[in-house]
Amino acid sequence: MSQYVLRRLMIAIPSLLGISAVLFFVLALAPGDPFSELATNPNVPPEVQAALRAKFGLDDPIYLRYLHWLNAMLHGDWGFSFVSRMNVDTLILQRLPATLYVIGSAQVLALLIAIPVGVYAATKPYSLFDQVANTLAFVGFSLPTFFTGILFILIFSVTLDWLPFVYTTDIKATGIHWVLEMIRQAIMPVAVLGLFQAASMTRFVRSAMLDVIRLDYVTTARAKGLGQAKVIIKHVMRNAMIPVVTLIALQMPAVFGGAIVTEQIFRIPGIGSLLISSILSNDTPVVMAVTFVFACLVVLFNLIADVLYGWLDPRISLR
Amino acid sequence: MAPLLEIKGLKTHFSTDDGILQAVDGVDISINRGETLCVVGESGCGKTVTAMSILKLIAMPPGRIAAGEIIFEGRDLVPLTSNQLDEIRAKEIGFIFQEPMTSLNPVLTIGEQIAESLRRHEAVTRKQAIERTIEMLKLVQIPNAEGRVHHYPHQFSGGMRQRVMIAMALACKPKLVIADEPTTALDVTIQAQILDLLQDMKERFGMAVMLITHAMGVVAETAQRVVVMYAGKVVEEAGVDALFADPRHPYTQGLIRSIPRIDLDSEHKTRLEAIGGSVPILINPPVGCRFAPRCKFAMNVCTEKEPLLREIAPGHRMACHLGDTQVGGAA
Repeated sequence: MSQYVLRRLMIAIPSLLGISAVLFFVLALAPGDPFSELATNPNVPPEVQAALRAKFGLDDPIYLRYLHWLNAMLHGDWGFSFVSRMNVDTLILQRLPATLYVIGSAQVLALLIAIPVGVYAATKPYSLFDQVANTLAFVGFSLPTFFTGILFILIFSVTLDWLPFVYTTDIKATGIHWVLEMIRQAIMPVAVLGLFQAASMTRFVRSAMLDVIRLDYVTTARAKGLGQAKVIIKHVMRNAMIPVVTLIALQMPAVFGGAIVTEQIFRIPGIGSLLISSILSNDTPVVMAVTFVFACLVVLFNLIADVLYGWLDPRISLR
Repeated sequence: MAPLLEIKGLKTHFSTDDGILQAVDGVDISINRGETLCVVGESGCGKTVTAMSILKLIAMPPGRIAAGEIIFEGRDLVPLTSNQLDEIRAKEIGFIFQEPMTSLNPVLTIGEQIAESLRRHEAVTRKQAIERTIEMLKLVQIPNAEGRVHHYPHQFSGGMRQRVMIAMALACKPKLVIADEPTTALDVTIQAQILDLLQDMKERFGMAVMLITHAMGVVAETAQRVVVMYAGKVVEEAGVDALFADPRHPYTQGLIRSIPRIDLDSEHKTRLEAIGGSVPILINPPVGCRFAPRCKFAMNVCTEKEPLLREIAPGHRMACHLGDTQVGGAA
């Protein structure tokens, strides 16, 4: 097992190198760079501009710049954001808590809804509960988050004035009030994103359960007189959750990457909004770092999904 | 003495998009204590549905027991809820399924799967349950039972898995074991071993066996009494010797003639006879005898009036208008 993990990690190295190279070259093809603003700034003399460009090696050949970036990265230097005037790693660490808090809670909410609803719906297919759940799920994933988000803001912030619609990191309160305010401002984004995720996940859980529930070994379990609850939990869910766990593991990078649209709507200063604003302001080091971290997470969670699969399903042996 | 299990006028129907499928349509079967009863018939004749109806293991909905009684030890099982039946499942009536490859849960060890039945029905600790499980595995001749108890189903061959299924069905020492084509999915050499094992177990525990099969060879080897089913109905019922010596229903005759014979010398060898056509679809079945469209001896009355099951000799019942006039000669 540990050998398998080690080998997978070794294989990950060339793929991450490849990903970083592609990312770097694609970003280099994009128009503009961190200093292109300077060119239009009349207060900066051309020779200063040229000196700065030369100092940071912006006009070097692409492969040299890539090797330079790679070397720095390997030494733990993530680069410097010229827009935010701070190191990229500090910037990411600053933005990460808001993303983890909001998007993570949304995922938890989605699971708390999807698993019980999906399981119960599958045990009574085509019942009233199942039909209602199915319809709501269908509506849920047909409505994009930018629509439901704005709808929520209109109802709960503008009309009812119950919840704040701008997420803020510097709440002017301490102790229990701070905690309450943190919860209050997260309710809408968590609900919007969580319900959206729950909708598709519910359908996934339901169909995974239905695939298992009609299998022969479930009839065998019934023939043992175990009772409905035990048959469902021990024999059906245990098997149906294998693909679900894998799906969730593969979705985890998205939790770190933030939900770009939702973060924009609620003005959450998370990773997703950092990526958008960096792209708009040509802050290449930040874009490169965020996308590369994202790539690493995808590779890592793919590995975790495979290991989990082998652990949950004894038929799969990882070698 | 009253039979152990008595099925009276059982009708199990399934609602489908095209109408009501009458999979089992008025079946009477009884099994005495310690007896081996074979239920034969081709695929789709309702033998499995009959067996599954006894413990309500059919999918409900769409399935439904529309009429009839299933009396086990003097108690009608039909009105019982699933929870009430749980007390009888495995404890009183054990079930062996057709497909050993798919009838075991792939993510649980076989020991766990056998032990959970014991723990459900008997006051045993986890440790005792595992000990009893190992005992059962030894009884069904699984080598190295102490080690194998912790293995997963995929680590066993088909024959070994069927032994595990037998151990599971017998763990709580039921009074009746229903075996639904237990050897169909296995190699021929393994089939004989499994049938022998079932016979052994039956003698050891003194239970009754309801063996569902489509192989007349299996019937000849194991049964004491035979019920022949066709299209959701019982067409003939007799002791095994009487049935093979003197099959009365044209369908039974066809089944027996379709067994390959190697005991005839070459000049007496005839072409293996098949029964033409196939089992009718049981949605709005035609009036009259359901076998009539495939029957060589069909008469006008056969498509007009349904033949009723009646006794033609002591312990020999059949449902055919040809009545007690013997037709076609014995096979």
